[in-house]
Amino acid sequence: MGAEPASEPQRYFDHRIRWRPLELAFWFATLLPFWLTPTYLVLASQIAITGLFALSLDLILGYAGIVSLGHAAYFGFGSYTAGLIAKWGWGEPLSGLLIAAAAAGVLGYVTSFIIARFRHLALIMITLGFGLLLAEAANSASWLTGGADGLQGVRMWRLLGIFPFDLYGYAAYSYALAVLVLAFLLARRLINSPFGLALRGIRERAVRMPAIGASSVAHIRMVYTIAATMAGIAGGLLAQTTETVSLETLGFQRSADVLVMLILGGAGRLYGGIIGAIIYLIARDQFSGINPQYWYFWIGLLLIAVVMFLPNGILGGLARLVPPRWSRA
Amino acid sequence: MSSLALATRGLDKRFGSLVVANDVTIELPQGERYALIGPNGAGKTTLINLVTGMLKPDRGRVFLGADEVTSLAPAERVQRGLVRTFQLNTLFPRLSALEAVTLAVCERRGCAGVWWRNLPFYGEAIEEAHAILVSLRLAASCYRPTAELAYGQQRLLEIALALATRPKVLLLDEPAAGVPQAESTELFSVIADLSRAITVLFIEHDVNVVFRFARRIIVMVGGRILVEGTPREIATDRRVRETYLGGAEHA
Repeated sequence: MGAEPASEPQRYFDHRIRWRPLELAFWFATLLPFWLTPTYLVLASQIAITGLFALSLDLILGYAGIVSLGHAAYFGFGSYTAGLIAKWGWGEPLSGLLIAAAAAGVLGYVTSFIIARFRHLALIMITLGFGLLLAEAANSASWLTGGADGLQGVRMWRLLGIFPFDLYGYAAYSYALAVLVLAFLLARRLINSPFGLALRGIRERAVRMPAIGASSVAHIRMVYTIAATMAGIAGGLLAQTTETVSLETLGFQRSADVLVMLILGGAGRLYGGIIGAIIYLIARDQFSGINPQYWYFWIGLLLIAVVMFLPNGILGGLARLVPPRWSRA
Repeated sequence: MSSLALATRGLDKRFGSLVVANDVTIELPQGERYALIGPNGAGKTTLINLVTGMLKPDRGRVFLGADEVTSLAPAERVQRGLVRTFQLNTLFPRLSALEAVTLAVCERRGCAGVWWRNLPFYGEAIEEAHAILVSLRLAASCYRPTAELAYGQQRLLEIALALATRPKVLLLDEPAAGVPQAESTELFSVIADLSRAITVLFIEHDVNVVFRFARRIIVMVGGRILVEGTPREIATDRRVRETYLGGAEHA
């Protein structure tokens, strides 16, 4: 099989999924903060976590065309799950993270039955409503969640039994980055799979899907569950690396922020969410140092400019400079 | 009865007071080439929508072969071989033609839900999709995004998507709509060359095309089947001349 030369259609698909040098350079660059900006590792781990969250939104929004304004529900659910497990005495990070992932995945699976039946404005309102509902439930269940004071008493054990979560964020960034890389590999595989092609079909023309014998509803349920699981992992990481959980993890602001990041970076581009998170969080760190009140003024301006002039986000704009069109050999 | 590929029994459909299908009963024998003609608003597209499940009939039943499919969802009917194309291009603008047809092949083969394997793993599906595009003379542009294809090519891609589902019955809703006369003849010769295992019904306004490519013709007027017969019978039918062919000349 290896010796047989691949046919042209086969090579076309091989080419589409090939690793680009720029991708490898990007992932190599994620290691640089350890040496270049060791005092910013806490911020770097926040970026990795938020990038993972944005990646999970990209799976449903960028690929399947499902607009959500309540994606923080799964992030926060994973966050509280991971936090509560540690508070109740099981501080082992990896197993705690798996449990958080499973919990968010189950929540995603259950809600996906409603999500898959709606589109467009109705979907935005349903996801928004669901997010608000969960945030308020967490607020009122203060005996469990600590309410507005946040969840206190989260104590994590050492990572792999060796590395303590230190104040400088060495362990936090290493951990968050490793999980991000694994999740990214999974997302990349998903996008390049037959299922990824089906998702793009739903995004491009949902009404055509039944006419080629496709069950869009089953596809949407599956991707929504996967995205919720991934969001739960991101939330769990935040709880574990900061050893606290606040109501903000479930809040509307977080759902809106992650949407903004994804649109800025470029939805449907796999790296869009991560690039968006990097730009957004670094800009916030810098701008809010200058003038904290007016930080959203600049984000608003940037958002309008990007949507007006780069409708496919910053990555979409850059991609136009180097069209990756496959040329027939 | 067993040689019927598709049959309907007494399909009724009304929107408010507007009757769009009135006791429609059709029978398509296996492998036949049928044209469905009638003036605008006669209910031709509605009939395709009713047969494929995109509209629910108020009354009546739909049979594919010996099986009743009246209560099945559109996607389930497609999986059983009851497939349609659309009058207006209903394609995937940013998928290449090869990607779109590969998607349809994957859906039929049941691998479209697989997210843990790369697409090139399914080489047979890719080759099958490419072969369909080659057979429709789309090979040269199959790597381009659908939105960049010429209009006539997009009409062919509509048919390619349908073929990828391995249809038993293919319902073509004005396959040559908006295509220049010369290309339309070419497009219909592609349809005429389709395997005899596929039963074809097409809606078409151009009477010359209809008489050239259909073995039998169904005439619809006002949601009813007016008459069904061979092209010769239809051409000489007095009612058809009065209500349809005559009217078309004035239009």
